[in-house]
Amino acid sequence: MRDIAIVAFHQSRAVADAGACNEVEMIMPVLNEVYQQVGINNAQDVDFVCSGSCDYLQGAAFAFVAGVDALGAVPPIKESHVEMDAAWALYESILKLRMGHADSALVYGFGKSSPGELPVVLSQQLDPYYLAPQWIDTVSLAAMQARLMLDQGMLTERDMAEVVSRSRRNAMRNPAAQLAGDVSVEQVLAEETYLSPLRKADCCPVSDGAAAMIICTVDKAREWGVPYALITGIDHRIETHNLGMRDLTDSVSTRQAAEGAGVGAGAIDVAELYAPFSHQEIILSRALGLEGSTSVNPSGGVLAGNLMMASGLSRIGEVFKRVVSGEAERGVAHATSGPCLQHNLVTVVEKA
Amino acid sequence: MSEQQEPVTGIEVPIYLKYNFTAGAGPARFLSQVKKGVLTGQRCPRCDQVYIPPRGSCAACGVATEEEVVLSDKATVQSFTIVSIPIPNNPIQPPYIIANLVADGANISFIHLMSECVNEDVRIGQRVQAVWKPEEEWDYAMDNIRYFKPIDEADVPVGQIGKLPVSGWKG
Repeated sequence: MRDIAIVAFHQSRAVADAGACNEVEMIMPVLNEVYQQVGINNAQDVDFVCSGSCDYLQGAAFAFVAGVDALGAVPPIKESHVEMDAAWALYESILKLRMGHADSALVYGFGKSSPGELPVVLSQQLDPYYLAPQWIDTVSLAAMQARLMLDQGMLTERDMAEVVSRSRRNAMRNPAAQLAGDVSVEQVLAEETYLSPLRKADCCPVSDGAAAMIICTVDKAREWGVPYALITGIDHRIETHNLGMRDLTDSVSTRQAAEGAGVGAGAIDVAELYAPFSHQEIILSRALGLEGSTSVNPSGGVLAGNLMMASGLSRIGEVFKRVVSGEAERGVAHATSGPCLQHNLVTVVEKA
Repeated sequence: MSEQQEPVTGIEVPIYLKYNFTAGAGPARFLSQVKKGVLTGQRCPRCDQVYIPPRGSCAACGVATEEEVVLSDKATVQSFTIVSIPIPNNPIQPPYIIANLVADGANISFIHLMSECVNEDVRIGQRVQAVWKPEEEWDYAMDNIRYFKPIDEADVPVGQIGKLPVSGWKG
């Protein structure tokens, strides 16, 4: 099977409100960054393009088609889209490369969540008969999950506050972060609860922005003459939409995806986890079997800024950056989708 | 439990999602000018095509269109259709004409209504001009123009449509 190389990644700064910017205007600067990293002009210079977005976020039908206006699609290009996080667009692109249908691919994701009320918008991803009609928002569901874990003694509010404190401090070195600062565990615990037992700080912020990545075969990476890291494993698993049938205190699908991706085959220097709520980082770390030697969310993770439909791709990009810089030799990136970590994708990125 | 139950054939699930929609920085510049009764396009720095209404990028090249170009409110029919079916809640009574029009100085068409014309005489290449609403009704919208009506100018040959300068058609 052909090896897959990551050669470029960029994420826009996560901002609470991108203002007048539309999709195209949000995507173009990010694409230009990755083009520059490998020295190409536009999407004409790759064999395949795949994007991830969700029209519900900005409330504009076919917003994902508007995104194509950022590509330079004349003459026509091979293009695809997933109504998911762009981590799954990466998955589709990897299949394309492995099948030999393309030697290079541009992957991008974007989300403008600020125009709507995100937690309520996301209630519409629940099953359409029983849960979506109740408009149960994502924060309430996550709070229920955290409550289960607290009541069963699987974690403490201090454990959750430690996740937040580490995220805020790590994010101080991340220029794309929306929330960063020298915040102590005590300061987090002093905050009043928002949706009990969650404090506002336990929840990722609502952010606008985009991320892009270029992947290719190893031959193509050498031809471009740019540093690269290898994707040595990727897998994703989904759990039932019926929340009552899931063990919300565990992430079985993450564990299975990690096995499929071969996470256990070596030491993990760095892990970037898509945990929109602090307690979920703990669930994920356990499911992935991470130990103290692993640096978890050195970027600050999504508690520092959450680009819906792009944050999953960004986790992989953050690991790529650290492997290429020599900071890490082997890393794991995780992406999630759906309420309470329903659908999970795990990627292993290694030094070439 | 043995009694026969009526099958459930549908449920009512109302959903209300509110959004603060923004057009985008490029479209906003266009809309600000339309409110003043001026049609402006934006030029692609790479291929020189002028877009109206601009959406922020040249879709062909994938680059931002920054340069504003003031256009004429005269245009050429690139294609059209005669609508014969009434559309619910649409105040316009059929039959009426929807046309793809290219404003002088632009290279890309936009869609608008045609009126004050004999429907059977409308043709590709026909010259038209905007009929604006009274100035006090102008808003950030293309319906500041009520419709386009034919003007007494020679037809534009098909090969020339979308290539006229802002100064107009001398044919």
